[in-house]
Amino acid sequence: MKYEAVIGLEIHVQIKTASKMFTAAPVGFGEEPNTLTDPVVLALPGVLPVMNKKAIDQIIKSGLLLGCDIAPVCKWDRKNYFYPDNPKNYQISQYDRPICVGGKVEIEMPGPSRNVMGDHHFVELTRIHLEEDVGKLNHFDNDSLVDYNRAGTPLMEIVTEPVMHSPEEAFAFLTALKQAMIYAGISDCDMEKGQLRCDANISIRPAGETKLGVKVELKNLNSITGVRNGIEFEINRQIRAVEKGESLVQETRRWNAEQGITTPMRSKEMAHDYRYFPDPDLMPVEVDEDWKARLRAELPELPFEKQRRYFEQFDLPYTLTSVLVPDRKLSAYFEEAVAAHPDKPQAVANWIANDLLRELSTAGRSITDSPIAPSQIAGLVKLVDGGTISNNIAKEVFIHMFQTGKDPEVIVEEKGLKQSTDTGELETWADEAIANNPASVEAWLGGKETAVNFLKGQVMKASKGKANPQIVDKILKEKLGALR
Amino acid sequence: MSKPIYYQTAAELADQLSAGELTSEELVRAVIDRTKKVEPQVQAFLSFDEEDALAQARASDARRKEGKALGPLDGIPVGIKDVLAVTGQPLTCASRMLEKFVSPYDATCIQKLKQAGAVLWGRLNMDEFAMGSSTENSAFQQTGNPWDTDRIPGGSSGGSAACVAAGEAIVSLGSDTGGSIRQPAALCGVVGLKPSYGLVSRYGLVAFASSLDQIGPFARGVEDAALLLQGIAGHDPRDSTSYKTEIPDYRAALKEKKGPWKLGIPKEYFGEGLDPEVEKAVRGAIEFYRKSGCEIVEVSLPHTQYAVAVYYIIATAEASSNLARYDGVRYTRRSDKAADAIDLYFQTRAEGFGQEVKRRIILGTYVLSSGYYDAYYLRAQKVRTLIRDDFMKAFEKVDALLTPTSPVPAFKKGERTADPLAMYLSDIFTISTNLAGLPGISIPCGFTGSGLPIGLQILGQPFAEADLLAIARHYEQAHDHHQQHPNLD
Repeated sequence: MKYEAVIGLEIHVQIKTASKMFTAAPVGFGEEPNTLTDPVVLALPGVLPVMNKKAIDQIIKSGLLLGCDIAPVCKWDRKNYFYPDNPKNYQISQYDRPICVGGKVEIEMPGPSRNVMGDHHFVELTRIHLEEDVGKLNHFDNDSLVDYNRAGTPLMEIVTEPVMHSPEEAFAFLTALKQAMIYAGISDCDMEKGQLRCDANISIRPAGETKLGVKVELKNLNSITGVRNGIEFEINRQIRAVEKGESLVQETRRWNAEQGITTPMRSKEMAHDYRYFPDPDLMPVEVDEDWKARLRAELPELPFEKQRRYFEQFDLPYTLTSVLVPDRKLSAYFEEAVAAHPDKPQAVANWIANDLLRELSTAGRSITDSPIAPSQIAGLVKLVDGGTISNNIAKEVFIHMFQTGKDPEVIVEEKGLKQSTDTGELETWADEAIANNPASVEAWLGGKETAVNFLKGQVMKASKGKANPQIVDKILKEKLGALR
Repeated sequence: MSKPIYYQTAAELADQLSAGELTSEELVRAVIDRTKKVEPQVQAFLSFDEEDALAQARASDARRKEGKALGPLDGIPVGIKDVLAVTGQPLTCASRMLEKFVSPYDATCIQKLKQAGAVLWGRLNMDEFAMGSSTENSAFQQTGNPWDTDRIPGGSSGGSAACVAAGEAIVSLGSDTGGSIRQPAALCGVVGLKPSYGLVSRYGLVAFASSLDQIGPFARGVEDAALLLQGIAGHDPRDSTSYKTEIPDYRAALKEKKGPWKLGIPKEYFGEGLDPEVEKAVRGAIEFYRKSGCEIVEVSLPHTQYAVAVYYIIATAEASSNLARYDGVRYTRRSDKAADAIDLYFQTRAEGFGQEVKRRIILGTYVLSSGYYDAYYLRAQKVRTLIRDDFMKAFEKVDALLTPTSPVPAFKKGERTADPLAMYLSDIFTISTNLAGLPGISIPCGFTGSGLPIGLQILGQPFAEADLLAIARHYEQAHDHHQQHPNLD
């Protein structure tokens, strides 16, 4: 029998803010344990939470970006459970009235090859809500220590509908979501720093069946490859079990990346009763139209929208958009360069996607501290375009630009790299080439058109590359024609 | 001088301090001496730090000498219930769980009192985590009612009420979740005011039930209650349930607001269980208001009978969550009997909490549990709205309500400890106020035949503290109950 997997994801994204969700203590990563705390983070007796407005802004922005309905009131609930990383032994979260409802994320499935665009479709979201992150336990031989630096960091939980069917699709969803969040400045989504964490709900059913099968919640998918491999293993485990005649149980399992297997954590019977109730310490906050309008004005163009615009507006190929678009700063750089020289967007894109990125990567620098300004890239393309320098010379000029930060015009001037259009000099070199290479001349006269290229090469060499190839071509063909 | 220093009011003492007739150090010494003398009988304080209090007093005197006195509370010793955080001082909530805890921060009301120059004086006994009506749930000691030390002082702010009645502080702060200021004030013969929910910041008040808790003053006169309330009221950005409202000059209002008022008598507050002597004294007070020109109207608060049930669902639900943080992991007591991490929770909480606290945590956990939430918690919230609506409807007709504060005068120690339900009924007249978020004040209105104080409760609309104080003052000016003191010598 053929089986279909059904996957829904629950993604936690840390929101980028200066301070924590309910107090002024700073947010950070990699600091000394328990230094990013205050009485509120440590849940000392008598302290109270106060909402971080910036975090609310960011989640509303996320909701607007992903097409969610924004609830008219932002309301808080307590999720009660005991665990040492949870200082209050309840987590402030949103239960029955999440701030964002519905919404969808456009994703791109892998294409037939890296250079070919894959199919696009939308993955529907159930909800997005805001909560606070917990601390971190560190286990040693005889004891465990807890670090509350992470506790209280604003955390968004994004829940998808159970609509995905393969590890690749889940991966594509995560990639698209990550890009959107980074684009909008909501989170850096660095999985290694725990800024993006993913749990998956996985079930299988016979192909064609519409009812959902028994759900397994898979935790600890702490890297992008973990998501892919963990889901893949779990789907296969479920299929194998069913094929062996075993019945699946609703449970929570844990992905063990070292061994490449999933193991049981707790069964449905052991599930927590979180005893949710409205947090009496926090007043609900009204989200009015003005607030939403202000945030809507700050929304960026989504990556796939930008890609479509690049296709239409600049006629860029997929191979270039797939380099430029995922990085918002890179695409901004590109657009600034194009604005300075709108005639040749493809040439501008090529310089950036190939030459500039290569040099930046070698130098270990990012696009934001590129020694070459977007207008200088435009200037370089303009020089080639106007016939002032050839493409080959341009490569040389580019390297100087990268090393010195000088304008391309200045480099061309200083190094005397201007293309030679002095026809007198060119004619002399053309005459010499014809005189010194009778075989090529014979071949050309005999009808072999490409034979002119060798002669052209001789002229270019004589000019040290500065000759304008089109003019050389023209002069040579005139002179050869006269020999007929 | 007729009255000893420790029995004078803050208003009187402030005048003497500013006239240079008295120093804060002299005042604080007098209070310390008095405390040392009567504390063996009263046992209002869990701890106090003489040197610290004297240092604060000397700092106040130094300010005053430089002409930089901070106002009427500067140099006045204020007793603090052991549920309010003061930097460097114990914060035990009368619980073994926090027996060794010292607060590293100040509650907002404490910060305000420091800015007003008040001398923070001692840590006052209470029912553990403010759960109780007799202060017998303190894990550490039994406070005696200064009028009869075999009797309870009321609770949960029993220490705060008793110390003011006994002259061990000039005024004090307590907290009121279901009557914990007003009921002990009534039983100890002092003034106690529970402000409207949101008037005083709860930041630094160890939470019992967040939607009900308020901090308020105890005093030996209405004017002192006004002074202390002035010192602690106001919006606080660290408490998002604190209300943004203009704070009036409460002391000035005592002079400006003269009545006559239209006063309501809720008939549901004069039924079964009301002690005849208490009823007689309260009816006498009502009669006084009538005779002095106030219109007295009978009103009905039909949902009153549900208040105790609603309260014990909402308060315990919130408490079960609020007290979850005392777990043996960070700053509390930690059991050394624990076998593993889960057992650490069980053992620590079994050892650290007293019976009543455990009872309420279990009750609160139950009413929030899946499958019971709608029947209990959600329903209680709906009835809570009805209770508030009752009051708001009554306030369309009257300016304030007059009721007994407690159905009975101070009872004997141990009399009700075996019967939690009987204990819960001590708060039957005070609980609705918290559910509705209203302000309430209890003032002395007489004594029983055996000399136990009786309290009159005045309830007002949200943020009508100035009116309540003026109405209370109107009675006080014509009577001398508040000037009588227990015999502890």
